[in-house]
Amino acid sequence: MAESQIQNFALNFGPQHPAAHGVLRLVLEMDGEIVERADPHIGLLHRGTEKLIEYKTYLQAVPYFDRLDYVAPMSQEHAFALAVEKLLGIVPPPRAQYIRVLFAEISRILNHILSITTMALDLGAMTPLLWGFEEREKLMEFYERASGARLHAAYFRPGGVHMDLPHGLTEDILAFCDSFPAHLDDVEGLLSDNRIFRQRTVDIGVCSAREAIDWGFTGPMLRGSDVAWDLRKAQPYDAYARVDFDVPVGKTGDCFARYLVRMEEMRQSLKIMRQCIDDMPGGPVTVDDHKIVPPPRAEMKHSMEALIHHFKLYTEGYHVPAGETYTAVEAPKGEFGVYVVSDGTNRPYRCKIRAPGFAHLQGLDFLCKGHMLADVVSIIGSLDIVFGEIDR
Amino acid sequence: MDEQSERLEALNELGNYIRVLLPDDVLGVVLVNGELTVSVRREPIVKILTALRDDTSCQMHQLIDICGVDYPDRKERFEVVYHLLSMRQNHRVRVKLTTDAVTPVPSVTAVYSAAGWWERETWDLFGVLFSGHPDLRRILTDYGFEGHPLRKDFPLTGYVEVRYDEQQKRVVYEPVKLDQEFRNFDFLSPWEGAEAMRQAMPGSGDGNGEGNG
Repeated sequence: MAESQIQNFALNFGPQHPAAHGVLRLVLEMDGEIVERADPHIGLLHRGTEKLIEYKTYLQAVPYFDRLDYVAPMSQEHAFALAVEKLLGIVPPPRAQYIRVLFAEISRILNHILSITTMALDLGAMTPLLWGFEEREKLMEFYERASGARLHAAYFRPGGVHMDLPHGLTEDILAFCDSFPAHLDDVEGLLSDNRIFRQRTVDIGVCSAREAIDWGFTGPMLRGSDVAWDLRKAQPYDAYARVDFDVPVGKTGDCFARYLVRMEEMRQSLKIMRQCIDDMPGGPVTVDDHKIVPPPRAEMKHSMEALIHHFKLYTEGYHVPAGETYTAVEAPKGEFGVYVVSDGTNRPYRCKIRAPGFAHLQGLDFLCKGHMLADVVSIIGSLDIVFGEIDR
Repeated sequence: MDEQSERLEALNELGNYIRVLLPDDVLGVVLVNGELTVSVRREPIVKILTALRDDTSCQMHQLIDICGVDYPDRKERFEVVYHLLSMRQNHRVRVKLTTDAVTPVPSVTAVYSAAGWWERETWDLFGVLFSGHPDLRRILTDYGFEGHPLRKDFPLTGYVEVRYDEQQKRVVYEPVKLDQEFRNFDFLSPWEGAEAMRQAMPGSGDGNGEGNG
């Protein structure tokens, strides 16, 4: 028999592959159908957010955060708002804190619906996506009613939130909280015991707790590997210390465990949302300092000082005392952190954005090793990557 | 409030402990805004992070982030900042070192696997070299990109722009042409605004500096 040379071959996956969740170019080194090495090429969506923020005032920097993880925009703003507030030494009033938590949890559901249903779509199940996106649309309507925009809200600002909630919104959110579990049950009924879904996810992309920590995984990627770590519990910010919820943890660390964690997190989010609405106090939604937040429009009509404040805020902005902070929130995808260095002027000197997806995608190589090509798709789906935040 | 002060006390203790643990390598420990910052020497960074990870009182098992900061006026212009997290102790520590454009920083990929991409990113955006890194390629910028965009002397608009050329049937790179000059307002010194503006916009033309009217 003639000796034959077997060579690994490289396979280009993306950047326009529907299962790549955006512009991921993945160079796979294949031995037959087994993945030997996965080398993600990222940066195709790099927009220089960090550089741009250095040229903007603190207020002008807020909308850039919507455009990072555009699946859950408000969670990103949350981190920036908290970071700037820390440097300014201000604390938003209780009502603003509850509104923020409420919308952070709405963002979490927005994110998890997209994450789970697109993962299911990649694995061949189309119905969850169609059902899920109808619910997402309702949530984005809540976004729109609070902030005026379905996606790029710019709602959480240093010092509080932009505007108070309109009349009737909390009632509608409560009604959503009552109806949504039935939809979750439907999706779960389609996926959790589905033979194909299980075959494609159980024992695929297994990640031990030690590996998850070593590779910098956070959020559901970490909790799926049996590490009970949630910044909302461990280092609570805003009103999270005052609400009651559980942190679901997966035992097996595979794609299925991560799916289960996300499903349960949505139910916990509903619980938090209900508590927020019940406990939400009245009162102002921004700090009472018009050097940081603009005065109300009505006041500007007759008060010269208010007019000056408004003019100064929207031209010069406010000066933030020199210093630095790393402030992180538990975004739906994991720990989203902002490292702000201030030099005492009206612009950040440096604003580093720590995106959870960046660390997760880095782990793709070791998660994929030894798996079949088709499993790469389920692993990417379970990583829950969005290129807005990875490429920045 | 009580919990807050307890936390600060614990962080303060941790800072003192790190100072004792690594007496030759730690240059300074500061606790500001409830965040602990440890400045260290550059060469022993691998040893320092290994100690912080493995020491039973630190247990910094997770590397959260590595990033650079550029201070062009300093002798060693770059700061490399490591953010560490201890889940056991629920602490964060920021480790800082300085370097310049030619001196490499030892890579910590052997200590934390997660460091790989963040070091690549710091190399890509700042041009900080890491020695011993297994795969120090660019990561966020374009294939064949020149320069390090997050350096303070790199212009916001960059040097080249790309477009698809219908004649050549490919993407072409051209020098940046802006329809409107990039406007960078200086609000810091209102009485010397014109002068500061002239310095901020070299080559803006006739030298009256108000070229944004």
